[in-house]
Amino acid sequence: MATVKVPPVLRPSVGGEKEVDAAGASVGEVLRSLAGAHPGTEEQIFSPEGDLNRYVNVYLNDEDVRVLDGLDTAVGEGDTLVILPAMAGGSR
Amino acid sequence: MSPSGPEVIKQVKAQIDEVDPADVRRQMANGAVVVDVRETEEFDQGHLPGARHVPRGHLESRIEAAVPDRDAHLVLYCASGNRSALAAHTLKTLLGYEHVESMTGGITLWKDRGYEVEIPRALSREQRERYSRHLLVPEVGPEGQQKLLDARVLLLGAGGLGSPAALYLAAAGVGTLGIVDDDEVDLSNLQRQVIHTTERIGVPKVDSAEVTINAINPDVEVVKYPVRLDASNILEIIEGYDVIVDGLDNFPTRYLLNDASVRLRIPVVSAAILGFDGQLSVFSPYEGPCYRCLFREPPPAELAPSCGANGVLGVLPGTMGLLQATEAIKLVIGAGDPLVGRLLLYDALGATFTTVKVKRDPECPICSRDPGSITDEEMGVFPDYEAFCAAAG
Repeated sequence: MATVKVPPVLRPSVGGEKEVDAAGASVGEVLRSLAGAHPGTEEQIFSPEGDLNRYVNVYLNDEDVRVLDGLDTAVGEGDTLVILPAMAGGSR
Repeated sequence: MSPSGPEVIKQVKAQIDEVDPADVRRQMANGAVVVDVRETEEFDQGHLPGARHVPRGHLESRIEAAVPDRDAHLVLYCASGNRSALAAHTLKTLLGYEHVESMTGGITLWKDRGYEVEIPRALSREQRERYSRHLLVPEVGPEGQQKLLDARVLLLGAGGLGSPAALYLAAAGVGTLGIVDDDEVDLSNLQRQVIHTTERIGVPKVDSAEVTINAINPDVEVVKYPVRLDASNILEIIEGYDVIVDGLDNFPTRYLLNDASVRLRIPVVSAAILGFDGQLSVFSPYEGPCYRCLFREPPPAELAPSCGANGVLGVLPGTMGLLQATEAIKLVIGAGDPLVGRLLLYDALGATFTTVKVKRDPECPICSRDPGSITDEEMGVFPDYEAFCAAAG
C-alpha cells in the first residue's frame, strides 16, 4: 500500500480525504487503483490516452515521476505519492 | 613614576612592526587583511578599499569574527598611526595574532600620498536605529541592509499574498516597492488583506497600500501601477525590478509573467493558495526551473478553481505571503538557500510542510531557449488562453 496525498481540487472526488491508501507496484497501478475506487479522479489524472495529464504532476516521495520512469516507476511499501495540479489562487 | 601617554605609545611602537603606506598598498595586492580600528563615524567618512572595520574599543571581542585566522597577515591603521599601534600590540601580545603590522601615519598619510579611499554609503543615525536588529544579524548587517535599501521589489497584487509581503518588505527597508493592482478595497477583502483598512473601502488598493507602507517606513518609495497586467504592459512594468513577488490570482497572467520574467531574467517568488493549502517556489530564470517547467500547461478551466471567488482561510495567505517576503529578502541580500528547484507545499489543517523537487525541463517551451528568442507574440500563450476564464463561467 502506498499513501496518496490528494490535492484540494480532487478531494471532493475522494470523499473529502486529504490522504488515501492505494495498492499497486508502480505509480500507474497505484493511480489506477485510486481511480478505480474513486472514479471522479480518473479524468483529472489521466488523459484520454491513459497518460498523466500534462497539468498534473505526481511525485514519488519528493521526486517528480516524469524524471523517474513515469507511470512505470516502481512503488514500494510505505512510499508516498503526491498528486499536484497547478494552483493559481492569489486571493484578490 | 609612570610613563606619560606619548611615552607609552613610543614604547609600544618599538615592540611592534610598522609599515609605510606604500608597502601597505603592495601587501594589499598580495592578500594582506587591512583592518580599520577607528570609530564608526570615522570609518563611514572613508576608509582603505576593502578594509574590515573593528573599532579599537571592541578589538578583543570582535577581531575573531572579522579575522578568524591568527596566522593571517594583518595591517592595522587608524587616523595617524597611534591607535593602530596600540591595537597591533594587543593583537600580538594578548590574542596571539602572529603577523600584525601598524600603518605609519594612518589614513591621513595614505590620503596625502593620493592613494584611493573608499567612501561607504553609510546608514543615517535613524536608519541604524530602525534596522538595528538587522545590523546585528551577520547575514544582513550594514551591507545587506544597504542592498535592501537599494532593492527594487515588485508585488503583483496587493491582495491576500501581497498585503503581508508588502508590510514586511516595507518594514525591512526595501527601498522601492512596486505594486500592481487594478482593484479597489472591498469589505470582503479585509478578512485577509491586512494592509487595507475598513475606512479605506472603495479606495484603489495601490493607494491604500501606499498609505500603510508610508506609515511604517518613510525609507520606502512606492511605485503604483493601478492596471491589470497583460501582454501589452508587462515588459515595461517589470523591467528594472530585482525580484518579483507573484500573488496573481489566475493562470493566464501567471504564464504571461513566467514568459516575460524568463525573457528579462528576473527571479519570481511565486505562491498560490486555496482553502487551507499553499504552494511556494522561487523561479530563477536559467538557474532553476521556470513555471512552465513545473506545469507545462494549465489545467482545463473546469478543474482550475482560479477564476471566480474561492474560499480561503484568512491567515493562510498571511503565512504564504510572509514566506514569499522571506524568500525575496534572501534573494536581495544573497543569504541562505533560496527555494529554487523546490516546491514547498503547506497544509495548514495538517500543520505539515512538504517539499518536492522541481527540475528544469530540457524541453521547456520557454526557458530551454535563449531569452532573446522569446517573441512578444509567444508570451503567455497556451491552449485556450482567450477562452480560459470565460469557460469557467
